[in-house]
This record gives sequence, C-alpha cells and structure tokens, in this order.
Amino acid sequence: MEGARKRPLSIRGDGMGTIGEAVRRRRSALRSGLTGRFLDLGLIVVVAAFLILLATRVLEHGPSFFLQILTFAIANGGIYALIALGYTMVYGIIELINFAHGDVFAFGAFLSASLIPVFGLGEDKPFGVLPALALLGVFVVTMLVCGVLNVSIERIAYRPLRHAPRLAPLITAIGMSFFLEGALFLWKGPSNVHYPNVLPSAGFNLFGAEIGTKEIIVIVTALVLVVALALFVERSRLGKAMRATAQDRDASLLMGIDIDQTIAATFFIGALLAGAGGTMYGLYYNTSVFDLGFSAGLVAFTAAVFGGIGNIYGAAIGGLLIGMIQSFWDGYFESAWTQVVIFAVLILVLVFRPTGILGMRVPEK
Amino acid sequence: MTSLRQFWQSGPRRDPNTVAYIVLLVVAISFPILATVATGGQGEVMINVAADAGVYVLLAVGLNVVIGFAGLLDLGYAAFFAVGAYTYAFLASDHGRVTPLGEPIHLPFWIVLFIAMFVAASFGVILGAPTLRLRGDYLAIVTLGFGEIVPRIFKNASVWTSGVNGISALDIPALPLWLQGPWSGDPFAIVPDFKIISPLAYYVIMVLLLIISVVLVRNLHRSRLGRAWMAVREDEVAAAAMGVNTVAVKLLAFSIGAAFSGFAGTFYAAKLSLVSSENFGFSVSITIIVMIVLGGMGNIPGVITGALLIYGVIFILLPQMPEYATGFANSVGLSGLTHPSGDFPGIGEFISRLKFLIFGFILVVVMLVRPQGLLPSRQREQELQKGIAHEDTVIEDVTAEVGG
Repeated sequence: MEGARKRPLSIRGDGMGTIGEAVRRRRSALRSGLTGRFLDLGLIVVVAAFLILLATRVLEHGPSFFLQILTFAIANGGIYALIALGYTMVYGIIELINFAHGDVFAFGAFLSASLIPVFGLGEDKPFGVLPALALLGVFVVTMLVCGVLNVSIERIAYRPLRHAPRLAPLITAIGMSFFLEGALFLWKGPSNVHYPNVLPSAGFNLFGAEIGTKEIIVIVTALVLVVALALFVERSRLGKAMRATAQDRDASLLMGIDIDQTIAATFFIGALLAGAGGTMYGLYYNTSVFDLGFSAGLVAFTAAVFGGIGNIYGAAIGGLLIGMIQSFWDGYFESAWTQVVIFAVLILVLVFRPTGILGMRVPEK
Repeated sequence: MTSLRQFWQSGPRRDPNTVAYIVLLVVAISFPILATVATGGQGEVMINVAADAGVYVLLAVGLNVVIGFAGLLDLGYAAFFAVGAYTYAFLASDHGRVTPLGEPIHLPFWIVLFIAMFVAASFGVILGAPTLRLRGDYLAIVTLGFGEIVPRIFKNASVWTSGVNGISALDIPALPLWLQGPWSGDPFAIVPDFKIISPLAYYVIMVLLLIISVVLVRNLHRSRLGRAWMAVREDEVAAAAMGVNTVAVKLLAFSIGAAFSGFAGTFYAAKLSLVSSENFGFSVSITIIVMIVLGGMGNIPGVITGALLIYGVIFILLPQMPEYATGFANSVGLSGLTHPSGDFPGIGEFISRLKFLIFGFILVVVMLVRPQGLLPSRQREQELQKGIAHEDTVIEDVTAEVGG
C-alpha cells in the first residue's frame, strides 16, 4: 500500500514546509488545545466510573478477596506483558502486526513442557537448589529455541516482503501463525495438554489471602526480564541501533547500522521473552492448547496498543493493566463479559487517547 | 465485425478487467449447467456450495471498498456480517416471541435485505465516527476490538439472542408471485407466496446480488468519491490539502463496506435458516482479508477470484483431503495406514490435522511469490514497480547530499 512513497518513518519532518504539513500542524494544534483536553477528560470520566463500580464490589467482598485477586492479576499481567513486549518491539521497528508471535509463545509452552522431563524435573519431586537450576536450564533452552524460530520466520516470511505492499507481510504473518498452530496441533492434538506441575505449591498467608510461591516466581521473573530488556534497549549498542532503526531506517543505514541484523535481533529478543512467557504460562496454569497463541496473542497485542505501541514501558504497563482488568472482571463480575470489557476498554482508550497510555506520536503515513 | 475487432484491439489491452469480467460472468452463468451435466443431474450439491461461496465473494467485494479503495485496514469486518445476519433473524422468524418483545416479526426477505443493509451501515457509522480520526493501524486495532465484541455480545445477551444456541427456523424467502410451468415439472399455474427452496434459486439470487454489487462498486470506484478514496489511501494529508473531506470520505467507505456485508449476512442467514454467534469470529474477518490481498487488492475481478480460490481451499479442498488420502492409501495397497496404530492416528486423521499447516504454508508461499496478489490492478502494479525503484533512488540522493 505504501510502496509508492518513501518509508513513512522518514517523513517525520519538523520544519518541512509543505502545504499538507502546515494543514496538519494547524489541525493538531487545534486538537491538542480544546479537543485534547476534552478527550482526556472523557477518559478520566470512563476510568473513574469503572473504578467506582469496582470499588463497590470490592467493599462487598472484603479485603482478603481483593488481595487474592490482586495477586492473580499481577501474575497474569506479568505474562501478558512479556508477550506484549515482543509485539511492541516488532511493530516499533517494522510496523508489522506479527500475528505469529502469539504462536511462538504457545510453542514456548509446548516445548518447555517436553523439556521438563529431559532436565530431570517432574511432578511430586521435592523442589530445591538443583531442580531450580534445572528449571533455569529449561527456561534458557526454550527461550533460545523460540528466538531462533522467530528469526527464521522473519528471514523466510517477512524480510523478502520488506518493500512489498504493506498488507503482504501481514498475510504471511497470518500464514505463519496458521502454520505454527498446525504444527502444534500435529504435535499434541486438538485437546488441552497437561503441563507438569513442578513448582512447589506452598505459600503463605497475607491478611487472609493465599499467596503461592508460583505467583511470586512468575511476578519476579517477569519483572526481572522487563527491567533487563529496558536496560538493554536503553544502554546497549544494539539497543541504540534498534531505536535508531525504528526512528528512521534510511538514516540508520547511513550511520552504518546493519538494518537486517538489527531487525533480526529485535525478533530474536522478542521471542526470548515470548519463550519465557510460554514457560511461565505453563508453570503457572499447568495447561496449554494448540491455539493458545491465538487468544493470548490477541489480548497481548491489545495490551501493547493499550500501553502505546512501540513503547517498551508502555507494553509492560499495558500488559499489567490488561491482566488486572481480566482478573478483576473474572473475580468480581461475570467472566463471560471479560473479553468484551477488555476490547471495549481498548476502543475507549484509543478513542480518547489515540496513542495509548504512554504512546509516542506515531508519524503519519 | 469491425467493431468487435476494434473492441479487441483497444478495450481488453487497455483494461484487462473487461476480459476478466466477461470470463467471470460466463463462468457464473454456465456453472449450474456444467455442474448438472458433469454429475449427471446431481449438481444440486455443487450449486449449493457455489451459492455459499457467493456469500464470501460478496463480503470480499464489500471489504475491498474499505481496504482496497480507501486503504483502511478493517480487522473486524465479520461484525457487520453478524449484524446483517442477526437483523434477518430478528425480523423474519418466530424468535421475537421468546424475547422480551413477546411478538414474532415476519418481514419479507427482500425488505429485510435493505433494512439489514442500513442497519449494518449505521453500525459502520457508529464505529467509524469516533475512531476514523485514528491513523493507520490504530484504526485496524479498533476494528479488531469491535469484531471481537459484537459476536460476544450476541452470545452473552441471551435474553435477546438465545445465546450459544443461536436463532433457528428463520423464514424461508418467498416470491409474492411465481409462474409455475413444465420447467419445474408442474402444470401451468400462478402461485402466490412461492417459497424459495431449491439451491439453484439461491444461486441465481446470489449471482444477481453479486452483479448488482459489482456494478455499484465499480461505478463508485470511478466516481468522484472513488477518486477521493484513492487520494486518501495514497496520502491523507495531501488529500485534505486538496479539499477532500477526509473524515466524510472515510466514513462513507466504512459504511458502504458495512452495507455490503449486511447484504451478505441476510442472504447467509436466510439460506442457512440459522444464525449462531460462533460463525462470525475473528477467523472470518481474517479469511476475507486473505481473499482480498491474495486476489489483488483494489481490483474487483482479482478480489472475486481470490475469494473463490480461498473458499475452494478452505471449505472444499482441505475438508476433503483426508478422504482422498484414505482412498489413495487403499488404492496403492497401504490400507494399513488408514487405521490408527500407536501414536499414529491413521492417515485420514493425520491429514486432517495437517489442515492448518497446509493452509498457512499456501498463504506464505503465494504471498512470497506474488506479493501484489494474483490479479492486481494494472495501475497499482506499475505504481508498485516504480515505488521500489523510487525508494532506492531516495537513498542514493541522500547519500549524495551528505557526501557533497
């Protein structure tokens, strides 16, 4: 669709005096003045209404139930955040909704389930230092294999189409998603697959809420990975190259950045997180299914947009918030409406604040 | 004779679509005859399938207005399809009796067709109005959210829609008057309130709907509005500077696209005599997008071809593959493969598990080989080739500037 013009990211001019640019600036100035304030107000009203509704229910059910749900919510949100980061990084750098990303996550869950016996772990075995190291091994191997898988997908299905019409890579992404789902279907069949429960089920009581070791492990792991990623993107040389490529590919090329390598690295790192997320999902929920990536991916992508796509902290916060909305709605209201609420929130956020919570101004196309 | 030659020398070469339209029309007219002859009078099944395929063709033609002409990526098109189908279910069945309304409504199919069109279009406006100021992919995400919400509302609001059971026993479309005769094996008579049951009748209705839709869409494409759509697609800022009311133009694309899917929804519901929220999920939206992109976005014959091909692969080829495989294994003397043994579930089941994988593989390969689609519009193809060349020169230019 965009093939006929320069890369969209390169027209982020500030002083380019075309007529269209002037019109746009005039319009956005008007909008950010009065309408902008009105729209932010609208968002605040919606959020406030939701919080008041929630607060009445919370008061009904008492504080220990609230604390319990909050723990679930944060663990759930942590997993979504890890998937959302992969979506946001890929979108930030090549503006592609990588539909296959959710399936890489599901692949991570399937692979780690098979690796657990290989590393000598199993259900009902006492958990100690050695099993913990073995579990770390499972994490590392799963992440690396997912990384390689995602890089191969990029190499086969996306790179040849980098200059093609914009929807062509979207279709190959959908194709790759079907392909991976098909592979998982072939591997483990159509029904739910049990995931070995290797984490200790012990927990402690906090003001009447049962907080398990599982939740703590999931939350801590997610936090460590998000912080590590943020540091990597902000401090490292490759991270700098990624940000530069996302901002202006042509200019980065002129600065001597190897674009192909940088994009491949982005896919690799995104998939590392997805692999970790898949393992954590399995360890936490003890189940997986071949089309897990489809549903989880859709919600995680929503989370990435919610936070402001292309923004790493945004994806983390978006994932956390979506996880919280999901868990709180499941806990306090009818779970049949949870998905409706998630997508309604998404639409409202985009209507009132089109760039997401922490969104940057995405240049116009 | 001269005129025919002139036409051949000028028309088809300048516009290959003319040939494509003629071929499609000939295929559409001759298909029922061929199907009947080929199967020895048992063509009803094939004609029935073809009428079902027509629903997807109609959807693809409608979505092509939104994606192909106006360049708005709509990932929730199935929602409007659902709205059209449920409109028919509410307005033409006994279902009204079990809703809080307490009264059944029975409107004729032909009237609901237009009501559904307007209802779907208004949903397009309701969704479009607040969201069309969003740019590019953000709009895609909002439509995706909408596409997820609508079927779930139909599923959860069970007081009105009887939830997961869906609404069944919808009215059979009827003609107010019909001349019966030897062609249907009956004596001559004028029949009032003639119920449409035969697959051929549905096929004819579908083809007529398609012809009307294609003519409408083609004329729209060539109109002032169509040019405005293209302008918005290519460069919204420039279009606005040239005096195109971008919001109104995009809103029209959205609601016109939705209107066609209202058409398709009504036909679908009437033919199936059943609507269920399960039939309008994200996979339907995705399938239609795949049809458009694969066929050649923005080019109507391309989109129709893409829709027919993808429909054939998903609904005919893939479901029948296990049978073929089993038959093949039996005929080459490997009948042991047809039974499950150990982890191996038998060849039929194995092939049916391969379904997703094969479909994904086809999508990737076709897109890699022909990123512009199977039958792209000529203009577009040229733009694309120039576009790539242009991009290279841009980089060279900048290098030169920096160097100097």
